[in-house]
Amino acid sequence: MTDAAHPGTPDHGYSLPPSYLGAGTTLRSWLLTTDHKRIGLLYLASITVFFLIGGIAAAVMRTELMTPTGDLVSADTYNRLFTLHGVIMVWFFLIPAVPTTLGNFILPMAIGARDVAFPRLNLLSWYLNIAGGTLALVALLLGGVDTGWTFYTPYSTLYSNSYVTLAAAGVFVAGFSSIATGLNFIVTVHTQRTKGMTWMRLPLFVWSIYATSIILVLATPALAIVLAMIVGERVFDLGLFDPTRGGDPILFQHIFWFYSHPAVYIMILPGMGVVTEVLTCFSRRKVFGYEAMVFAILGIAIFGFFVWGHHMFVSGQSTFASLIFSLLSFVIAVPSAIKVFNWSATLYGGHITFEASMLYALGFVGLFTMGGLTGLFLASVPVDVHVTDTYFIVAHFHYIMVGGMVSAFFAGLHFWWPKITGRMYSEGFARAAALLMFVGFNVTFFPQFILGFMGMPRRYWSYPPEFQILNLMSSFGAMILALAYALPFVYFALSLWRGRMAGDNPWRATGLEWATASPPPRENFAEPPVVDSAPYDYHPAHAEPTEREDARDREDQDDRPEDPR
Amino acid sequence: MSGLNEPFQTLARQRGAAELGIWIFLASELVFFGGLFTGYSVYRFLYPDGFLAAGAETNLIIGTANTAILLTSSATMAVAVWAGREGLRRHVLWGLCLTSLLGAGFMVLKAVEYAEDIRKSLVPGAGFALPERGAEIFFSFYWIMTAIHAVHLTIGVAAVSLAAWRLWRGRVDWRGTAFLHVLGLYWHLIDLIWIFLFPLLYLLGRGG
Amino acid sequence: MSGAFWSRAGAHAESFDRLFAVLTGFSVLILLLVAGLIIGFSIRFRSGSKVTRHKVSRLVHREIEIGWIAATAIVALFFFWWTTSANLQQAGAPADAMEIHIEAKQWMWKASHPDGTRELSTLHVPAGRPVALYLNSQDVIHSFFVPAFRLKQDVVPGRTATMWFEADKPGTYPLLCAEYCGTGHSKMLGEIVVMEPGDFAAWLDSRPEGAGLIAAGRALFTSAGCSGCHAAGSAVHAPELAGLYGRQVPLADGRVVTADAAYIQDSILLPRRDIVAGYAPIMPDFADLLDEEEVAALVAYIRSLKGDTP
Repeated sequence: MTDAAHPGTPDHGYSLPPSYLGAGTTLRSWLLTTDHKRIGLLYLASITVFFLIGGIAAAVMRTELMTPTGDLVSADTYNRLFTLHGVIMVWFFLIPAVPTTLGNFILPMAIGARDVAFPRLNLLSWYLNIAGGTLALVALLLGGVDTGWTFYTPYSTLYSNSYVTLAAAGVFVAGFSSIATGLNFIVTVHTQRTKGMTWMRLPLFVWSIYATSIILVLATPALAIVLAMIVGERVFDLGLFDPTRGGDPILFQHIFWFYSHPAVYIMILPGMGVVTEVLTCFSRRKVFGYEAMVFAILGIAIFGFFVWGHHMFVSGQSTFASLIFSLLSFVIAVPSAIKVFNWSATLYGGHITFEASMLYALGFVGLFTMGGLTGLFLASVPVDVHVTDTYFIVAHFHYIMVGGMVSAFFAGLHFWWPKITGRMYSEGFARAAALLMFVGFNVTFFPQFILGFMGMPRRYWSYPPEFQILNLMSSFGAMILALAYALPFVYFALSLWRGRMAGDNPWRATGLEWATASPPPRENFAEPPVVDSAPYDYHPAHAEPTEREDARDREDQDDRPEDPR
Repeated sequence: MSGLNEPFQTLARQRGAAELGIWIFLASELVFFGGLFTGYSVYRFLYPDGFLAAGAETNLIIGTANTAILLTSSATMAVAVWAGREGLRRHVLWGLCLTSLLGAGFMVLKAVEYAEDIRKSLVPGAGFALPERGAEIFFSFYWIMTAIHAVHLTIGVAAVSLAAWRLWRGRVDWRGTAFLHVLGLYWHLIDLIWIFLFPLLYLLGRGG
Repeated sequence: MSGAFWSRAGAHAESFDRLFAVLTGFSVLILLLVAGLIIGFSIRFRSGSKVTRHKVSRLVHREIEIGWIAATAIVALFFFWWTTSANLQQAGAPADAMEIHIEAKQWMWKASHPDGTRELSTLHVPAGRPVALYLNSQDVIHSFFVPAFRLKQDVVPGRTATMWFEADKPGTYPLLCAEYCGTGHSKMLGEIVVMEPGDFAAWLDSRPEGAGLIAAGRALFTSAGCSGCHAAGSAVHAPELAGLYGRQVPLADGRVVTADAAYIQDSILLPRRDIVAGYAPIMPDFADLLDEEEVAALVAYIRSLKGDTP
């Protein structure tokens, strides 16, 4: 009877159930919710708290590093700070960030589903995540952990007098959350796609979360077991990694990096998905090379499991092993490069507008390219030997994690904020924050490449005075960055009560999540939508795209009464 | 009593989802234990003599008995799952109860064995009984592998008992959903892991 | 600390700087290309610009895609081949390298020269001569990092790490620990003093340590009981050690290994691991009996045993 692809548009004059936000306002209705959208918001709240804690640690570290002599905090405190920063940011911010917030909120809607396959498991994931985070924070309050987020043995097992066991237990528990979330998304994508949503019509955001979930499920257990072994050593005096009893500390590194390298892709793949959605929407273009993008995502997910040894080129592993890992690390650069080129090509012939989320997405492409290119340095053994464990590495992975993943997270948050809250934020402030973040990020981390090349090792509480100028620059950049991160809190908060109503589809984006009300009803769609076209249907295939205004008109004429099967 | 949950429209699809879910979970379990097996293999290669000497110290009789018990429990579990498909409620109940009892029996024997191991100072750390280099590492693996297996089995026994109780009280749609199948797959995994642990920890060093 | 960090010394550093420069150049190129594409397209195809937007046919689409997949794959493989061959050329230490043992512990570096001279957190070496380092750690993982040489090697407890360098010009170069090792990690510093060969010889002579590592090893060889089996004419069937160093040794399991310092050390500490073909695995395990310095002395002594002398 009605347009299934656009239910709930007020103009159409039929009523919808109340939005998911109106389905109860008590604390209980939030804490016991099984609505994927509410769970997404619970995650958004918890990762924001963790992001602030990790960020404060970073701020103290950058302040400390303004002078070469360690005069703000003691060496032990500094060691606890970088461990805290790493543990919190990696496991309680970066890994859950996109999949559990935007993934939870958007993915079921993007495939036309009512919810994820296992809604109660989804809620359990969140509780496990904050339980793990709480354990880690308790370790912090009791006096901290000083092993670095990598927990290298035998330091972590035999020498550290800090709360390693508690922190490891926290990460272990959070690991269950990762596995449960990954499992849930895989099953959801397999079983909850709406009619007509074939695999090759999935938005690339969905593909990227799907690939991420596979890594979550197959890599996280390796971390879990190696942490269990560390706890076993510390609590029960096992000798698994104790060299005096014949144990081999390098074995720890192998198992740890078997998880932690794929974990890098857990962090970056969802970001890639978000950026694809944003770039296509604001350039009014179909994505360039959809199939290649899908295979690149899957290729990265699979190859990501076979490159862990490049973290160990100087550990004493055999030259032959290093060469194999080096080769595979170069190979995995290819799918990443394909994605960058395809994003650039997507812009060709578009009608590009520069909303805040587009600015973040464009920034992502640039910063990710820098991170990826410096990855080539690290893939080649003789170059890695000099720059590994220096600030070059620190800069490299921050370009991927912060420049890439955090930019993408903000791109997605700005893109879907109107859908999540039903309100628009101040576009001007948002653009300013995006530019500030780009500038602040580069001022913070670019000098660290030079520091690393000059030979400043990472995890140094004090450093030789010749490194001071670049460190000062970096700390100065960190202040800009901190300001840029503070801004969104302000305008997002303001948007909640001052913001203009967004309407169902403020960006005129394709994608099923835009085909329902903002904020969406509890069931997402009045009736299950039906899909009859490829994703990013901004213009007819191989025809020239049209401007957004035109597109709006077209859409209105195009309000085809969908034939509901 | 309909076993249909949000967001599913049909039982068949929900069953498919539950089965896919448990298989994915089992895959992640294999990676989890895979980390231990990798470590075991590395040290087995480094310290063949220490591992042989240490392997001869585990209690072969209890180990063998426990293997038999777990294999039997897998059979009773399979009976329960099969009976569930056929709709035979009494058989399902019997199967579940036997499975859970056998699982508990395994735990009791394991506890006896642990007590004996502690008496023989086979606990890594100061005062460890065996002088061979690598023997202590073998026992580190022995403890961590059997302990993690025991945790899984405890969860299994609890889950199977709970399932039997709920089924008895009629609180679960065991006919329509993948309930029994999922439970069965988890139980078989515990069994399968033990099938790997048994030769690694008990049969090693008994040859010849 | 003296000596500029970005100064460079030695062949490794030269080849590193060449690789680094080319990679940097390539990266800048690609970055400019991507930035150019993005900024260029953003300006040209901004909403409201009147430029004509051509259709891209499916075929051209595919050609472009295949084109850059092939291009990136070829570039990746080229860089792999190039950096790897640079790496392999410098893999093993030259045979005439001077050997120095390094002990790492929280939070200092101890060096012992072949003649037994020891120094703490400083290492004197002659210029223009390859130096092979054998590194051990007494506690946690450390990493021996000399930025001027562009070299770094993790030192993992329980195994001997090896690295080598050849400093071409005299000077003082900073040495740092690059693997996080606890409270004093950032203070685990030292320096490498590269001297003209003549100056180095003079410096060595001026050092008080007389006994020497080899002499200490010779004494230990008897006192620790090695000579009971390994001395020529011993009743026990044990491998002959004279002339062992640098030889190919066939093992019982069919492998053939080179008897380098790491092998000799492992044979003392882990005798069951590599059994020489034709011998019974009867050697006791010395891991708990000798400390790392004693092992280093023994290794130095065994190395000094020439083939034809008993």
